[in-house]
Amino acid sequence: MKSFDYVKPASITEAIAAARAPGAAYLAAGTNLLDLMKGGVSRPDRLVDVTHLPGLDTIEQLADGSLRIGALVSNADLAHDAAFARACPAVAEALLSGASAQLRNAATVGGNLLQRTRCAYFYDVAGRCNKRAAGSGCDAREGDNDMHAVLGWSDGCIATHPSDFCVPLVALDATVEIEGNSGRRELRLEDLHRLPGTTPEQETVLEPGDLIVALKLPAAARNFAAHARYLKVRERTSYAFAVVSAAAHLAIVSGRIEQARIALGGVAAKPWRARDAEAVLAGREATPQNFRHAAEAALAAATPSGDNAFKIELAQRILVRALNLAAAGTPERIAALPASPFSIHPGALHDA
Amino acid sequence: MNHSISLTVNGVRRDIALSDPRVTLLDLLREQLDLTGTKKGCDRGQCGACTILVDGRRINSCLALAISHDGCEITTIEGVARGDELHPLQAAFIAHDGFQCGFCTPGQIMSALGLINEGQAGCDAERIREGMSGNLCRCGAYAGITEAVLEVQQKLEADKERRVA
Repeated sequence: MKSFDYVKPASITEAIAAARAPGAAYLAAGTNLLDLMKGGVSRPDRLVDVTHLPGLDTIEQLADGSLRIGALVSNADLAHDAAFARACPAVAEALLSGASAQLRNAATVGGNLLQRTRCAYFYDVAGRCNKRAAGSGCDAREGDNDMHAVLGWSDGCIATHPSDFCVPLVALDATVEIEGNSGRRELRLEDLHRLPGTTPEQETVLEPGDLIVALKLPAAARNFAAHARYLKVRERTSYAFAVVSAAAHLAIVSGRIEQARIALGGVAAKPWRARDAEAVLAGREATPQNFRHAAEAALAAATPSGDNAFKIELAQRILVRALNLAAAGTPERIAALPASPFSIHPGALHDA
Repeated sequence: MNHSISLTVNGVRRDIALSDPRVTLLDLLREQLDLTGTKKGCDRGQCGACTILVDGRRINSCLALAISHDGCEITTIEGVARGDELHPLQAAFIAHDGFQCGFCTPGQIMSALGLINEGQAGCDAERIREGMSGNLCRCGAYAGITEAVLEVQQKLEADKERRVA
């Protein structure tokens, strides 16, 4: 690991001043960053440790019914917060389907939003990667690319965003509170991550020094709590990143879908909100046929970026299944294997 | 530049000088404090061999900078037994053949301790397997590991019921 200066600021203002410098990076739990630093993929000159900053580790309900989650709340603490899991069950399920218990105990909300792609060529410092070294090329295009993007990719980059957590969050219109050089601002989570285009090295809209201090879920997120699921296909049952995943939220009134909130994971460089699919379902009955039409709309613009045409059909099937599970109702308790297609639940259609 | 931190390791307060901020908790324990029970497997957060408890919660010590953990309370496998008396989990791993080569075992036991503290799995074998999925065992002793954790959890719940009754 390259050497670095270690800075431990006492306040957010101090943190921003220290992190503004070129080559500086924020350190929270470090579960992703230290791994990248050990591999020489990230080579910061300065680490600004934010883990001790006060006031960033609480989960609050605000007066307008929205939920505000401090950036340093751990994945495990958020997933196991009973009030949060009742309000946003698919988010809790997504959190528990990611990583391992050890990593979830350490990893933070803010860090999860900013985790880097798991593309093997991004990790391989001997290879070409436009994300790691701008303009160097993309070895994934001619390499092992069955796990890569089918939506929103460019000739310069076909990597996917690895987060489970972000998928139901973008579906629920989550926002991010950012402190930076020009004060505090709020951004839709959907607008935080960029698609690669010709600048895949620019992964988010954050400016140097910007610090994510909180995540917010609007009060309306609760409207979907009774019919909310996250489903994730992995290459092994547990402790693996998504091949594809889907967050499905339905507000059902007298058997009819009033509104749907849908997003996909593992398909693009950002968590992928599927508004076309939501529009198909609005006002419709919750039937497998309608769910299939919605899934087709969600993937209508998809094209393979390599040996991954299967992901287009797989994403549609997993979305149909997630919608069927959501329609059947959020289970009382998160399944023993969170988000797994192998979970056994009443209402699950395993041949969907 | 020298940095100093203090940690409570297995109940003993230690004041520690760090010569470099790159030192992980794992390397600190093994190289500086001579606590080699915590194992370095992948060193990248994938295998769980380095699992320790920090303030009672299990984490991967290979992905934790020591300098960031000033003031924390650390429990390693060396702090689990009481003298010559094995912790019930240690005894259960032996009774159920929960290992073969033993390299992953300290991490497995620390992870199981964390799992039981978290209180999410109960006596459901599937939840125990899922909760232990961050600990790999290349010998494939998973069946014995699950039985060992399940047995300790069942004993704990039986004790709890007895106390309530």
